[in-house]
Amino acid sequence: MSASDSAIVVAGLAKSYGAVEALKGISFTVRRGTTTALLGGNGAGKTTTLSMLLGVLTPSAGRITVLGEEMPAHRNRVLPRMNFTSPYVDLPKRLTVRENLAVFADLYGLRHPRERIAAVAADCDLDDLLQRPYGSLSAGQRTRVSLAKAVLNEPDVLLLDEPTASLDPDIGDRMRTYLERYQRRSGCTMLLASHHMGEVERMCDDVIMLRAGVVVDQGAPRALIARYGRETMEEVFLDIARGRIGERVPGSAAEETTA
Amino acid sequence: MSAEAAVERYTGAAASLLRVRAMLRRHGYLILKSWTRIVSMMYYPTVTMVVWAFLTLYLAPTNNFLRDAPGFFIGAVLLWDVLFRGQLGVSLTFIEELYARNLGNLFVSPLTLPEYIAGQLAMSVLRALIGVGGACLFAFLLFRYSIFSLGLPLIAFFANLLVFGWAIGLAMSGVILRLGLGAEEFAWAAIFVIAPVSGVYYPVAVLPAWLQAIAWAIPSSHVFEGMRAALLEGVFRWDQFWMAAALNAGYLALGAAVFAWAMRYARDHGTLLQMGE
Repeated sequence: MSASDSAIVVAGLAKSYGAVEALKGISFTVRRGTTTALLGGNGAGKTTTLSMLLGVLTPSAGRITVLGEEMPAHRNRVLPRMNFTSPYVDLPKRLTVRENLAVFADLYGLRHPRERIAAVAADCDLDDLLQRPYGSLSAGQRTRVSLAKAVLNEPDVLLLDEPTASLDPDIGDRMRTYLERYQRRSGCTMLLASHHMGEVERMCDDVIMLRAGVVVDQGAPRALIARYGRETMEEVFLDIARGRIGERVPGSAAEETTA
Repeated sequence: MSAEAAVERYTGAAASLLRVRAMLRRHGYLILKSWTRIVSMMYYPTVTMVVWAFLTLYLAPTNNFLRDAPGFFIGAVLLWDVLFRGQLGVSLTFIEELYARNLGNLFVSPLTLPEYIAGQLAMSVLRALIGVGGACLFAFLLFRYSIFSLGLPLIAFFANLLVFGWAIGLAMSGVILRLGLGAEEFAWAAIFVIAPVSGVYYPVAVLPAWLQAIAWAIPSSHVFEGMRAALLEGVFRWDQFWMAAALNAGYLALGAAVFAWAMRYARDHGTLLQMGE
């Protein structure tokens, strides 16, 4: 893969907190215009990786390139073309939805904020919520607002940390459908940390499996399912999370590493 | 999905100004549409002013000093509140982000630290104007005292106190970022540490020698000495003004450095995305 085909290149990325190694020198590449899942159990290093890609966490070692720019050194060049959503951050609750989106339109330097806000509000089914305080919305409505904020600048790279966590199946499906349509239209690259394996099978072109701060396998969902001799990504996830890798999976990254 | 044209963005200085405006919008929306917030900003300075005004009314008939400068205590309390509002304006703007769990959203956007600080300082001016402006209005309505009777020196006093408030506010924001919201009380209490040595209501000369040395090392004492000279002698003490301005330059740089250090610490320890209530 040439450098111009890659939206995200991570090489030898490590993060330590004192004696605790959260990430142990991981490397991976995310192709432009694809959706890649970053999977792993709790504490595997997914949010740590996303935080470093966004420039809000300083790596202990390694290199990150996003859209051809070094992160975090050139974060100011690349952040206007990125965005992010996560259940771990929130928006000001007393501001209306429109006010929140207007603030972020300014933060991302949009030239025609009113038109853009109207467009994302229509896309995310927020027209009736624009005048309501964010804090008065239901969890599902808030998630839609967070998504609207995340696509407001029409990012070339969109990082999604558990985008459908705690959503009911209906809202979760609407979110996924919206993201799929958004990607088809914009050609955006999406990196998704998720515990929802159905979502991963449905949306993702590639999967990167993390365990205890190490990339233990990667590949397309169907290829991983076939390689592990399983029916679903859920089963593959359990195999990897519980360390049942290497000895019975020809071609896995773990096997290549230990060979 | 609508098929709108690609999103156009500003770049360079225009984008930078827009990001500062974003911070003003974010906090301006919050303040200007909430009458309770506006009232609470004016409440403390107004109540304090009223107390000192009545004390003046009580003492003035038997006190030569207050007979010569009846507006002294009211002017002092209003100017002190410029410092207090200036500091709170910076610290509370930051604390609001922590309560809203919005810090992560802000710093994964193109917002830079200097732009964020510029937004904090601008909000501090707005908060000071609302809080102290309300108290000034009541001082005029209730006691016929106009802060503008200080004349042009008022601008110099106001500016120096505001900048010193910014310096303390930035340092306190850094402390809270480093220690978490448990340290929020520092934002409210920090200013009172310097009150005794600022010479707000009495000259620095009344302090013990060792405290005077400390007093002359902070800008507010020079401002209040200058205020006394303006009120009692009718002169503008340029020496006090320049000393306050020079000290402010150092303190502002120090406050910004503390905040920048805390931000680096937060980036090293991964707390930017997690900080909140």
